[in-house]
Amino acid sequence: MTTGGSTSATSSGPSGAEPGVRPALQPGRTARINRSKYLRRKSTDAIMGGLCTFAAVLGLVFLALILFTLLSKGLRGMSLDLFIHKTMTPGNHGGLANAIVGTLMQVAIGAVIGTPLGIAIGVWLAEIGRNGRLASIVRFVNDILLSAPSVLIGLFVYQVIVKPTGNFSALAGGIALALIAMPVIARTTEDIIRLVPDAYREGSVALGARPSTTILQVVLPAASGGILTGVLLAVARIAGETAPLIVTSLGNLNWNFDLMRATASLPMTIYRYASSPYKEWVDLGWAGALLITFGVLALNIASRVTMYYRARGRRA
Amino acid sequence: MTATTGSIGLTARPHPREAAFSIALLAAALVVLVTLGAILLILFQAGYQAFARYGIQFIWSGAWDPPRELYGALPAIIGTLSSSFLAILIAWPVGFGIAYFLTEYCPRPLRGPLGVAIELLAAIPSIVYGMWGFFVLAPFMASTVQPWLTETFAFLPPITNADESAGFYWFSAPAVGVGLLTASIVLAIMILPFIAAATRDVLLSTPTLLKDGGYAMGATRWETMTGIVIPAVRGSLFGAVLLGLGRALGETMAVTFVIGNANRVPDSFFAPAASIASVVANEFPDAEQGSIKLAVLFALGFLLFVVSFVVLAFARLLLRQGRMA
Amino acid sequence: MFHVNTRMLLKGARVLAISAVAATTVAGIAAADDITGAGSSFAAPIYTKWAEQSGAQGGAKLNYQSVGSGAGQTQIINRTVDFGASDAAVSADRLEANHLLQFPTCVGAVVIAVNLPGVDGSKLKLTGDIVADMYMGKIRMWNDKRIKAINPGLKLPALAVAPAYRADSSGTTSIFTDYLGKVSPSFKDTVGVGTSVSWKAGVGAPGNAGVAGAVTNTKGALGYVEYAYATENHMQVAMLSNHNGKFVAPSSASFAAAAAGADYTADPNMAVNMNDTAGDGNWPIVGATYVLLPTNPTDTARSASVMKFFDWSFKNGKPAADQLHYIMLPEKVYDMIRSRWSKVESNGKPVYTAAK
Repeated sequence: MTTGGSTSATSSGPSGAEPGVRPALQPGRTARINRSKYLRRKSTDAIMGGLCTFAAVLGLVFLALILFTLLSKGLRGMSLDLFIHKTMTPGNHGGLANAIVGTLMQVAIGAVIGTPLGIAIGVWLAEIGRNGRLASIVRFVNDILLSAPSVLIGLFVYQVIVKPTGNFSALAGGIALALIAMPVIARTTEDIIRLVPDAYREGSVALGARPSTTILQVVLPAASGGILTGVLLAVARIAGETAPLIVTSLGNLNWNFDLMRATASLPMTIYRYASSPYKEWVDLGWAGALLITFGVLALNIASRVTMYYRARGRRA
Repeated sequence: MTATTGSIGLTARPHPREAAFSIALLAAALVVLVTLGAILLILFQAGYQAFARYGIQFIWSGAWDPPRELYGALPAIIGTLSSSFLAILIAWPVGFGIAYFLTEYCPRPLRGPLGVAIELLAAIPSIVYGMWGFFVLAPFMASTVQPWLTETFAFLPPITNADESAGFYWFSAPAVGVGLLTASIVLAIMILPFIAAATRDVLLSTPTLLKDGGYAMGATRWETMTGIVIPAVRGSLFGAVLLGLGRALGETMAVTFVIGNANRVPDSFFAPAASIASVVANEFPDAEQGSIKLAVLFALGFLLFVVSFVVLAFARLLLRQGRMA
Repeated sequence: MFHVNTRMLLKGARVLAISAVAATTVAGIAAADDITGAGSSFAAPIYTKWAEQSGAQGGAKLNYQSVGSGAGQTQIINRTVDFGASDAAVSADRLEANHLLQFPTCVGAVVIAVNLPGVDGSKLKLTGDIVADMYMGKIRMWNDKRIKAINPGLKLPALAVAPAYRADSSGTTSIFTDYLGKVSPSFKDTVGVGTSVSWKAGVGAPGNAGVAGAVTNTKGALGYVEYAYATENHMQVAMLSNHNGKFVAPSSASFAAAAAGADYTADPNMAVNMNDTAGDGNWPIVGATYVLLPTNPTDTARSASVMKFFDWSFKNGKPAADQLHYIMLPEKVYDMIRSRWSKVESNGKPVYTAAK
C-alpha cells in the first residue's frame, strides 16, 4: 500500500524532480549546467524555507499584536472596582461584577448540562458504537455540530426556549452554551478513551466485571485527566461566546441570580461598552476583553500543560 | 484485540443495570442526531414564511428594503462567500507555511510551544477580534494599506456592464477602513490556526518512507514536499482548507464589526458588504415576533447552516479519507 | 490516583449544581421589585441616568437594555420586559391590538458629525438635500459644486464622501431618515424611512459609537449620531439649513426651539413629529422618544413601579437631561401623561395614581 502510493506519487509529481535527480547521480558529466541548476534548486528551497519561517513569525506577530492591543487598552480600566461593582452609568465608577457573575452562571449551566452529555456521547462512541454505522453517523454529525455557526445555535435556542417561556434568561443562554460545549467534550472524550490500552479492559473483564463497571471504574478513571482537559477547553470556548447570548440571555444592568430572567454576561457587556461613546465604558470594555481573553488563554494553556505532563508521565 | 473489547456492550448478559447503562449512553449519542435534526427543522420551519412569500428567488434576489418588506438573500450570500474565500486565499499559504515550518524547520524543543502559540489564536474570543479589527486594523487599513493598494493596482481595468450601472472596481474605492478586504483579513487570522493545525497533522501523518525516498534521490526538502508529500496527501490538505472555510462562513461578531454592514453586492475589495451571520446579529433584535423579517432571518440562518453543513461534511470526508490511507 | 481524579471531577460538578440551585433561591428575593425596560439606544443615556438617581433615593431598580427601538417594541409586545422604549411612534391600531399605552418622555436631537482634514467641521454648512444625496451616492466628492456654493469661506478638499450609518436597526436611523425623506422625495422613494432602511451608499457600523468611530477613523466621513455621543467624543458637527432656510448649529437652544412648537394633544397616542419644523432658530432633526406600557399588566406591582419611576423622573429629571442635552417636555404634557396612566388597569382599578 505504502510502496504503491509512493511510486504513483513520484511519477505524478512535477517532472522537475526527475532531471534534478539524474545529475546528482552522475556528477562528472555536465557539471557546469548542473551547478547552476543545483544552485537554483538550493535557492528555491532556501527561499521557500524562509517564506515558511516568515509565515510562522507572522502568526506569532498577529498573536502579539492582539495581546499588545488588549494590554495597552485594557490595563487602563483594570482595577479592583471591576470585580466589586456592578455595571453603572458613566461617571459612577461602575464595574463588571454582575457581568462576570452572569458569565460564570451561564458557563456553569453550560458545563453542568454539556459535560455529562458530552462524556456519555464520547463513551458511547469509543466503547459501544465503535466502528459501527450508527457510530460513524453520530461521529460525523458531532463534527458538524462542533463547527456549526454559534449564532445559529442561539437562534435555535431562542425559538425553542426563549419564545415559549416568554423570557430571555440565563437558562436559555446556558443551554445554548451547553449545545456548543457538548460536541467539543464528546470529541475529546472519545479520542482520549481510545488511547486507554485495551489491556485495562481485558483485565477488568477477566476479573468478572460487568461492562458498565469496566467503563465506569476502569476506563473512565484512566481517561479522567484527558477528559478534564476536554472539559476545560470547552469551558474556555463557551466563556468567550457572544453571538448566541445576544438572542438568548439579552443582558442586564443589575445583579440577577434568577435563572429565568435576563442576565448580563461579560462578552455581551464588552460588546455594548466597547462601542459606547463614554471613555469610562470603553476602558471598562477593553478591561473586560483583557480579562476574558487572558482567562480563556490561561485555561487553554493549563489544559495543554496538564495533558503534556500526563502524557510524559505515562511514557516514563 | 479490538474485537474482544468491542463486544463488551453487545455480549453483556441481560442484566437490567447493564441494559439501563447502555441505553442511557445510546440516548446521549442520539441527542447529537436529534440536536442537528431539530436545528435544521426549527430554522426551516421558522423561515418557511420567507420562502413561501418570495419563492425560491429569495436566494438570488438582491433586494434588501426593510421599509417595503422586500428581502433577498443574494447580497448576504455573496458577502459571506466572498469574505470567506478571500480569507482562505490569505490564510491558506500562511497556514501551510506555518505547518511546513513546524514539521520541517522548527527546532524540536520549540515545536510544542510554537504550535500552542499558533493554536492560541483560535482561543481568542471572536468579539476581541472584532474590537481589534475595528479599532486597530481598520484605521491602519484606511490610512496605509488601502491607499497603497489603490495606487499599486490602479492599472486594473474595472469590469463593468454596458451602461456602467454595475461593475467591479478592484481596489479603486474610498479608503474607509472597514469593508470586504478588512473582514477577510480578520477572518484569515481567525482561521489560520485551524488550517495550520490541520495541515500540520496531515503532514505529520505522511509516512516517513515517502519522504526518505525523495531525500535519497537527492531532492531538496521543498522538492520532496511539492513533488512527493503534497501529491500524496492532496485530498487531506484540501480538507484542512475546507475546515477553515467552514469556520469562516459562520463567524459572527468579528465580521459584524469590520465588514461594513451594507446589504449590497460589493463592487470592489474595499466595498462594505454583509454576511448572513452579521445580518442576523444586526437585524434580529428588531425583528418582531411573527413578522416577515424574522422569517427572513431564520431563512438566512437555514441557508447558512446548509452551506456550512455541505462544506464541513466535505472537509471531514476528505480529512478522514486521508487518515485511512 | 485515577480514582481521585474522577471524584474531583464529580465533586466539581456537584459544587456547580449546588451553586446553581443556591442562585435560584436567592433570586426569588432579589428580583422582586426590579423593573426591566428595553429598546431605544437614543434614550439609553438619560434612562439609565434617571434610574441611578431615583434608585439612590429608594426607587425601584431599573434594568434598561439599549437593544434598539424595534427590539423594544417587539419585547413589550411579547411581554418579555416591563416597558418598551421606542423613538418611532407606534401606530394606533398596533397599540390597540397589543394593549399598549404610549407616552413621550423627552426630546433628543440627531446631528451630523464630519471628519474633514483641514476644515473646521463646525463651520461647514449643509442642507438636508445635500446630505440625502450623499447617502444616495449622488454627491461623491467634498468639493462638489453644490457644497462649495453654500460654503464660500471654506477650502473643501478633493476627498471622497464616506457616509456612515447604523448597522443595527435603530430609532436614531428612524428620526434621521424621516427628516431626509421630508426634504428629499427621491430619498424617501429609493432609501425609505424607518429603523432599518435600504441604504444606497456608505458603510454601516454597530451602534452610535460605531458610527462615531467610523467617522473618526475615516477622512471624508460623515455620520449621524445622537447629540450626546457627538459631544462625548468631541466630534465636529456641521450646521444644517432648517425649514426657514436658515443655517443653525446644534445646541440645546436650537433643540428646545424645535421641541417648543410640538402639539402633543393632536394625536390620541401623543405621537409628535418635530422634524423640519418652521422657526428661524429650530434645529431640523429632533425627535421625541416614547415609552410603551401594557394597559393590562400581569404584574401590577412592577407596572406601578414603572409609572412611579417615570413620575419621579418627570419631576426630578431635568438636571440630568440638561447635562446630557435632552429636552424635557412642557409641564402640562407631563400632567397629561400622568392622567393617562389611569388607563393601566387591573380588575378595573388603576394600578398607579400619581401624587399631585
